[in-house]
Amino acid sequence: MTLTDPGTRIDDRGTVDQPAVAVGPVVSDNTVTVRGATRVFGHGRERVLALDGVDLTVRRGEMVSLLGASGCGKSTLLNILAGLDRPTTGSATVEGRVGLMFQESALFPWLTIRNNITTALRLRGVPRNERKGRADELLASVHLEGFADRRPHELSGGMRQRAALARALAQNADVLLMDEPFGALDAITRELLHDELERQWREHGLTILFVTHDVREAVRLGDRVVLLSSRPGRVKATFDVTLPRPRHIDDVAVSELAAAITTELHEEVRSHARD
Amino acid sequence: MTDLANHVRNLDAEALDAELAGLDALEFPHEPRRSLGHALWSATWPKLAAIGVGLGIWYLVVWSDWKPKYLLPWPHDVLSRLWTDTANGKLPDSIAITMQRAASGFAIAVLIGGTVGVLVSRWKVLRVAIGSFITGLQTMPSIAWFPLAILLFKLSEGAITFVLVLGAAPAIANGVISGSDQVSPLLLRGGKVLGAKGFGLYRTVTFPASVPSLIGGLKQGWAFAWRSLLAGELLVIVPKVFSIGARLQNARDLFDVPGLQSTMIVILIVGILVDAVVFGTLERFVRKRWGLVDPAG
Repeated sequence: MTLTDPGTRIDDRGTVDQPAVAVGPVVSDNTVTVRGATRVFGHGRERVLALDGVDLTVRRGEMVSLLGASGCGKSTLLNILAGLDRPTTGSATVEGRVGLMFQESALFPWLTIRNNITTALRLRGVPRNERKGRADELLASVHLEGFADRRPHELSGGMRQRAALARALAQNADVLLMDEPFGALDAITRELLHDELERQWREHGLTILFVTHDVREAVRLGDRVVLLSSRPGRVKATFDVTLPRPRHIDDVAVSELAAAITTELHEEVRSHARD
Repeated sequence: MTDLANHVRNLDAEALDAELAGLDALEFPHEPRRSLGHALWSATWPKLAAIGVGLGIWYLVVWSDWKPKYLLPWPHDVLSRLWTDTANGKLPDSIAITMQRAASGFAIAVLIGGTVGVLVSRWKVLRVAIGSFITGLQTMPSIAWFPLAILLFKLSEGAITFVLVLGAAPAIANGVISGSDQVSPLLLRGGKVLGAKGFGLYRTVTFPASVPSLIGGLKQGWAFAWRSLLAGELLVIVPKVFSIGARLQNARDLFDVPGLQSTMIVILIVGILVDAVVFGTLERFVRKRWGLVDPAG
């Protein structure tokens, strides 16, 4: 466990304590803005620094891959951005409505996938008589129209994640935060879902922050790849991915860039052996 | 590999649709259908066999002359008594009285236990205050409540209901509490992301997620209720109300062993039926709905 005094570090960087998560219109091109976000868990000797002065911006309509080994605080960061947690110091703002997707679909098992989506619509305040129609449209957009009356456990992992994507879209999300959403899927399904996600991203003009520990997936999807260090989580490096789309995970150019990033990632992991 | 890469890269929207549909068709779990008759038979024959074995042991015990025949009559004498008392309406009348008590008492227990369970699982303070007390109440044998119940309510329906509710309500409350404790944090997080909070989150996520455990609590609550009820009916005999318990006590007083044993068989059958038919069906339905059944099993 790394025990660092976050106060000193913040002073070193000259970052000021700002109001925490603020959701609303901000006059800028950035949809996601994180400034010197620090998150400390626990008190005294038990304190753990999960995030240490993270700076991150995501422009409107951009897809950014967030790459990190274990302990990089990526779940903490996503929780903060989704409004489920607050930074201890620093600020994190998201402009627009946030949708969050996890590795497991988090669909409600007792509801059919259509009702999972109508529930999201209900919580968003969509009138009752419009919900079913909207849900069916959303399911059709992820090609699950034939499975609306199935329950999540009656579907395959890939279908569940598509249903979860539809539910995130049902929130009318502008910003989609994705926490290793395809991590548990087999290779072919995963590749198809990359294509599907790219299509939804374009069609809905989404802004996506995609957390993964798979370097090639990060390069395949991202306009940029942001590499986080572990324990505490900090932005270690940012790589611009200028490769033309559509891309595929097995493209030579994707593999080459991924290899370069992997080298850095290994360095980062190795550095912890000396701690 | 390059071929596949090129293939997938060149997918236009239509091809992606086709490939997704193909994958869905392949991945969609197929369940082999079994005929209803087959299912019924495979569920029934082990039970019939068990009844047969039980009867055999009963015959052996009687045949061994371990006790004189007026204390331990032949099973067929008991069964024929069971038949005549059913046919002349005596047993059905008693069952009706007892089941009516069971139903109304259980309903009160569900109401009280459910309310307490929801309150305790919603408020931490209440949880700390009476959480362990509820479990303690559950371990208290219901028979221990009767002296107090008789003092409070005299020999009346009230005394029986009082003890029945005290027996069943803690189990039901515990079902609600442990259900909401066991809700997956992932689902709660999912619900919060969708914008549910406070009671909305409870209604949308916590409560439905805890239904399987709630059914378990109801089932356990019923077992407690049924035991408390019969204990109550033996102790608290309300004049002119010929319940199952009163019948049992009466048969003992009159040395009517076939009458006593046939009543015991009725108690056993009612217990099994309610447990298997009512709660078993409910449990299977919920487990299937909630995806708690192993598809391979």
